[in-house]
Amino acid sequence: MEARDFDTTLDLKKIKPYGDTMNDGKTQVSFTLPIPCGNEAIEAAKQLMKKMGFENPQVVFYKELTAGFTFFNCYGSCVHTVDFTTIHVPKVEATTWDMHQTDEYVKENIGRKLVVVGASTGTDAHTVGIDAIMNMKGYAGHYGLERYEGFEAYNLGSQVPNDEFIAKAIELKADALLVSQTVTQKDVHIQNLVELVEMLEAEGLRSKVILCCGGPRINHELAKELGYDAGFGMNSYADDVASFIAQEFVRRNKK
Amino acid sequence: MQKSKLGLDFEKVGYAKNIAKKIAGDVQSFVENYTTVAVERTLCRLLGIDGIDGNAVPLPNVLVDSLKEKGVLGQGVIFYIGNAIVETGLNPQQIAEQVAEGKLDLTTLTIHPKEKIDAAIMPIVNASLNRIKSRRARRENYLKTIGEGSKPYLYVIVATGNIYEDVVQAQAAARQGADIIAVIRTTGQSLLDYVPYGATTEGFGGTYATQENFRIMRKALDEVGEEIGRYIRLCNYCSGLCMPEIAVMGAFEGLDVMLNDALYGILFRDINMQRTMVDQYFSRIINGYAGVIINTGEDNYLTTADAFDEAHTVLASDLINEQLAFIAGIPAEQMGLGHAFEMDPELENGFLYELAQAQMTREIFPDAPLKYMPPTKFMTGNVFRGHIQDALFNQIAIWTGQGLQLLGMMTEAIHTPFMSDRYLAIENAKYIFKNMKSIGDEVEYKENGIIRNRAKEVLNNAVELLEVLQNDGLFNALEQGKFAAVKRPKTGGKGLAGVVERGVNYSNPFVDLMKQRK
Repeated sequence: MEARDFDTTLDLKKIKPYGDTMNDGKTQVSFTLPIPCGNEAIEAAKQLMKKMGFENPQVVFYKELTAGFTFFNCYGSCVHTVDFTTIHVPKVEATTWDMHQTDEYVKENIGRKLVVVGASTGTDAHTVGIDAIMNMKGYAGHYGLERYEGFEAYNLGSQVPNDEFIAKAIELKADALLVSQTVTQKDVHIQNLVELVEMLEAEGLRSKVILCCGGPRINHELAKELGYDAGFGMNSYADDVASFIAQEFVRRNKK
Repeated sequence: MQKSKLGLDFEKVGYAKNIAKKIAGDVQSFVENYTTVAVERTLCRLLGIDGIDGNAVPLPNVLVDSLKEKGVLGQGVIFYIGNAIVETGLNPQQIAEQVAEGKLDLTTLTIHPKEKIDAAIMPIVNASLNRIKSRRARRENYLKTIGEGSKPYLYVIVATGNIYEDVVQAQAAARQGADIIAVIRTTGQSLLDYVPYGATTEGFGGTYATQENFRIMRKALDEVGEEIGRYIRLCNYCSGLCMPEIAVMGAFEGLDVMLNDALYGILFRDINMQRTMVDQYFSRIINGYAGVIINTGEDNYLTTADAFDEAHTVLASDLINEQLAFIAGIPAEQMGLGHAFEMDPELENGFLYELAQAQMTREIFPDAPLKYMPPTKFMTGNVFRGHIQDALFNQIAIWTGQGLQLLGMMTEAIHTPFMSDRYLAIENAKYIFKNMKSIGDEVEYKENGIIRNRAKEVLNNAVELLEVLQNDGLFNALEQGKFAAVKRPKTGGKGLAGVVERGVNYSNPFVDLMKQRK
């Protein structure tokens, strides 16, 4: 047992990882180094862990994956801390309701169905995200927008070019647009999302629609930065999206 | 009579196969009246035309487009190229180059009698067949000499975007125990109406399928295969707007496995159904002839539709894909019919249902090397649970004797696999396959239990669906969204403009020769 020469009281101004004791800093890390297996490799991994900010780095498992590439599982105690009390993360400004509540709200405050058009745009062939939000069945017990009474939902599927997406939005008189981006290699999603905003602005449509994007690598902060009204990342469901659209629509039309 | 561990009613299976045969036959009667730009480009390639023009347009495209613009593509490239050989004495490559340079217009040449055209074209056709046959023999020789891994084959993907980086990843995976390497294509390639040319180092979420990239990877896998004493199969994607062209490139370069679904492009890439049905037929003929195992894509249905509720659509589609493949001359041993482990992990007894369906699929297609796909839809970023989901999937595979095991990655839904992800996935599968090797022979399923009843239910539902499809026809069924809950109009989607009715001079000598294994 190593001696605990650290203060074990929680200080929100200086938080660090928790293994089994407050402020132990214990962290697991795994990575591959492009070097052959051996004692030198283990030492290299430990030195790297130290540079990452870990004390007492331990290599608990290593394996040469193929000649010249060694995989490591490591543990160490993180020396860094974060001041939790000063953190501010932009969030989607809406209360998440369930389907019933949102439907009621739309009925009472808007009095018609909101038209939502969604797609996985650009070259992205993945429909899993847009389907999870829009399809009748939804995802993990959260019904999709097609099931809502308050929405008329059009899921255009995948690989929809931005110009076609906009043409469809105009044709259907969309109140809100949902863009799903799953493939993020080489930031292809950023280029594509920015292009859509620029095209909407050129058409004079940007302020007329509620524009949302979503995907595993998307968050609200990024979405706002790119000119979207909201961004939905992992662990967001149709409930979150539907509540936001309904509330945002009412907010805008009160002004 | 085959014995079923599930108490399956094989008379019902036979009935289902019969209906599927009729459905496939209806589709085929449409297919035989048409050709497409992709089929004609494929024939150009089979005649030895390759390379690009000054604008980087592949010569097969240049030649086929020149005929299409003049509205005569329905007569087919075999007719026009054959005629041009008789007239000019040039070979097909020279003819294509002259067309590209604007020096030759195939439609204004004197038309020679059919016998002369046939006599000019047939030696080239036979040489092309021999080229494919010798590639096939090369694989068979490897299998005889250095051998292969045992089934289920461990199938992993590489997807760096750079073919040279893919080689590093693929050789590493082979050394770790992978039997099949699939080079994922760059996103969007399926919608290109041409095949890019040459080695490529830039792609999004994958690497361009080009003939040169095929050659580079085949060579790398042969090297590593000889080193480790096990033949490593190479897989790519015969889908999208260039199905048969990719097939012929694969046949020339010694690919072993091809994703080659009859319906996938229609449902998931919004490619026109008429185009796809014509293209899939010729692509499958080529794959059959080249000894390539085709993979069908039913697993994809379950990424949009629910894996429990829609299991019967997977079976119905497998049955139709099987019959369409038979029509194209593919033997059962080359049919990697697809299915997947995609039920919600929260579903009580989900493992039992998955087991029932995998065993059912095994028994309904006893000779097919089934392609079993890992969980993707409910992979959440919790890599630790993800690794367990993949372990359950591997248990079912060894238990039910699946053929091609596409290994799940714990980092699914996060990134394309790291080298270490692939290692851990292979370790997972090898551990389970060894540790549970004979469980399928040892364990029987309780009569009237959950597993037997599930299999029975899925088969019954599939038969009901097939009956509806038989009445409506496959094209109508696709319009109504019977598969994957996706609706596609018969005249909608991409690539319809590339479909043309065959004219009086049309011929494609490869169809019969390949189906007869000449």
